[in-house]
Amino acid sequence: MTATAPSTTSRPASARPGPWGVGVTALALILALPLLVVLGFLLVPAGEVWGHLADTVLRDYVTNSLWLMLGVTIGTLIGGVGTAWLTSMCRFPGRGLFEWALLLPMAMPAYIIAYTYTGLLDFAGPVQTLLRAGFGWGYGDYWFPEIRSREGAALMLSLVLYPYVYLLARAAFLSQSLCVLDVSRTLGNGPWRTFFTVALPLARPAIVAGLSLALMETLADYGTVQYFGVATFTTGIFRTWYGLNNTVAAAQLSALLLGFVFLLVALERLSRRGARYHQTSQRHQAIRRYPLRGGRALAAIAFCLLPVACGFLIPAGLLTTWAWRVADTRIDAAFLGLMGHSLGLAATAALLALVLALILGYGRRLHPTRGVTAAVRIAGMGYAVPGTVIAVGVIIPFAWLDNSLDAWMRATFGLSTGLLLSGTLAALLFAYLVRFLAVALQTVESGLGKIRPAMDESARSLGLRPGGVLRRVHLPMLRGSLLTALLLVFVDVLKELPATLILRPFNFNTLAVRVYELAADERLADAAPAALAIVLTGLLPVILLSRSITQSRHAQTT
Amino acid sequence: MSPCRRSLLAIGLAALTALPLPALAAEVNLYSARGEELIKPLLDRFTQETGIRVNLVTGKAEALLQRLQSEGVNSPADLLITTDAGRLFQAKAAGVTQPVTSERLQAAIPATYRDPAGHWFGLSLRARPILYVRDKVEPEQLSSYEGLADPQWKGRICIRSSDNVYNQSLVASLIAADGAEATEAWAKGLVANLARPPKGGDRDQILAAAAGQCDLAIANSYYLAGMLTAPEADQREAAGKLAVFWPNQADRGVHVNISGAALTRAAQHPAEAIKLLEFLASDPAQAWYAETNGEYPIRPGIPVGATLAAWGEFKADSLNLERLGELNGEALRLMDRAGWK
Repeated sequence: MTATAPSTTSRPASARPGPWGVGVTALALILALPLLVVLGFLLVPAGEVWGHLADTVLRDYVTNSLWLMLGVTIGTLIGGVGTAWLTSMCRFPGRGLFEWALLLPMAMPAYIIAYTYTGLLDFAGPVQTLLRAGFGWGYGDYWFPEIRSREGAALMLSLVLYPYVYLLARAAFLSQSLCVLDVSRTLGNGPWRTFFTVALPLARPAIVAGLSLALMETLADYGTVQYFGVATFTTGIFRTWYGLNNTVAAAQLSALLLGFVFLLVALERLSRRGARYHQTSQRHQAIRRYPLRGGRALAAIAFCLLPVACGFLIPAGLLTTWAWRVADTRIDAAFLGLMGHSLGLAATAALLALVLALILGYGRRLHPTRGVTAAVRIAGMGYAVPGTVIAVGVIIPFAWLDNSLDAWMRATFGLSTGLLLSGTLAALLFAYLVRFLAVALQTVESGLGKIRPAMDESARSLGLRPGGVLRRVHLPMLRGSLLTALLLVFVDVLKELPATLILRPFNFNTLAVRVYELAADERLADAAPAALAIVLTGLLPVILLSRSITQSRHAQTT
Repeated sequence: MSPCRRSLLAIGLAALTALPLPALAAEVNLYSARGEELIKPLLDRFTQETGIRVNLVTGKAEALLQRLQSEGVNSPADLLITTDAGRLFQAKAAGVTQPVTSERLQAAIPATYRDPAGHWFGLSLRARPILYVRDKVEPEQLSSYEGLADPQWKGRICIRSSDNVYNQSLVASLIAADGAEATEAWAKGLVANLARPPKGGDRDQILAAAAGQCDLAIANSYYLAGMLTAPEADQREAAGKLAVFWPNQADRGVHVNISGAALTRAAQHPAEAIKLLEFLASDPAQAWYAETNGEYPIRPGIPVGATLAAWGEFKADSLNLERLGELNGEALRLMDRAGWK
């Protein structure tokens, strides 16, 4: 693997864009449509409301959002990179178990973990009540960390978001050519030094990709911060929209949020300084893991167990006890219907996202022109935008299209076509793609980035067309990345709430909708079975795919 | 795939999912901000009685309203149901509703709780009283919402965030009664009296008060009713420590809001929709609201069950509910300035 300057290895962009370039740009623009609608609101005057926001709450929104991002950065980096290195490069009891168990918190929606920990650790919860009863304390007699705070929110988000970093960092560590690590060891570097000076810098693109996903998800979070009473950009958007009834200013706040994301993306680019990371050696012998013994093994176990326990075992255990109490009244035939809807939507959206991500990622590889790159970047920005904002960005153009077609058909043929797209599953799936494409795109692009352009050139010189290169050269090499992308989108869609809520057709409910309705009514125990079902449904693909990812590594080595 | 073929596919897919149901069956389409749990049983009963099928999408009122507005004349929705008057006012202002003349509805719903022109109708009452911890507060210490700003309550009050529409409506009602200036001073006083920064929902305030974090909690009464009748013993026990105080009985009355419905301008099944409205305002449906969700019936004279009956009768603020919608934005700004998180 080596870092090379960008211009020497990438193919010079052809002067005429060609079918791939045009197609990819068009596709990206269609996917960017909802965001462009939101950005379009910048051109509409919002009145004097901005003066009010700037005088009162805007500073809170910005500082709280920044603090949250900082907290999540620290939390996910320590949790994600540390565990990825331990499970992929060291040998200790339970390693094989942790390898997939570390993914479990992914199945836990942030708002659900926030509810459960509040139930557990809040002033009125069992822990503090027990403390007060045990020591005879009253309110104000003792100090206890406040779970519903900015720090608490950062912790909750870190606990469910670190798997993004873990997954991508682990894939990077596993696919690193052992040669460089061996060279580092033969040069006399110990494991720590090898980690910090060789493995970590080489894995940086993957880690940064995982981190930027976690941060975008943080920016888009509404459920957790709203419940914890932390005023951020997202709570501000809804407050402005619902409370001040000012859609324009709310959309402009969303556009400002997009500015944050631009900054994030720019920082990521800057951190790479244009260098690219390709495998120069395809030799991936079976990894010789550093054996850990005694105290070190215990420390490794504790380090891996902590995020699994706090991010999954404890909240899932609590949910189970809640669900148990209401199981007989809450789990029925309709419940299975909800599960079917959730699974079907998540699987369809994941497949579509994967195909689109491949087309866009490969198109950009073929034509790394500024236009194509910018279009692909914008198409991937929906991830940081709250689902409701995306939903509005979908509703407005779709309804306009439907109504224009209807009006034209009425005028020309005296026929009414009504709403063809609005209120259908197609509109909902489109919203999912806009919201979650970035996840698939990041993963696919980071996978593609590791394949040397020389491979493409050889394949092309042997007579393969671009589509053939993708199919016969890249796809087999990308198997691990593709599965990762599939898994990430699947789980994200399963948990998605706001866009589902607003765009779904009549009489179409999902598990997340059920959880929301009961939780919004503050009936957490009644919401527990559906919440648990989301978590359990998410588990199956998590386990299956994490096995496949491990196996795809073995397939490469043999 | 060419863009053309792709769009054909999309249209095909859409047509498949939007395949119209047999036009023979009478039906009515609902956009509801009331959760499924709190309306579906009633709708099922309506279908049993009339044979009219009810199709439901639930969601947040603002988002449903946005969908309704964007879909315009082709919107499939016949009725919009919200859980506060402000959103109904907004729907009317946005021009997506139409007036209904129904003698039954006019007879069943007091004039204060419906639009004078018939654009919307209240279907249940939601009161927001002051709840106090029995052991720590004597009801004689309490009088009105205005009194909550009194320094005697310093560090003793729990109330949720100003993000919530219930608080926005409450403050709007205070602006209507006392004027903006006095209300802003009041809001500052209230914020100074809070036991903790606002967080959680109404039930959280009740739990915090029961656990000893504060002595007064402001919450909609049906949350307390729900906790008093909950299957969980700890919820019942916590709720049992609090009592209801109806404020402002000497003047305008306790702040109330409604859940209600409006016929959409695009309605394709207006007759069925009005039939459903009339059903929801009927005696059995009104009694169901009281029994199942602890809300108050929209008119007096409907039996309310033991829990609500024990709290006694109260005088409700007779302010025209449209004012709550009109003043909502001003209320929110005022709370921003008062530092009410």
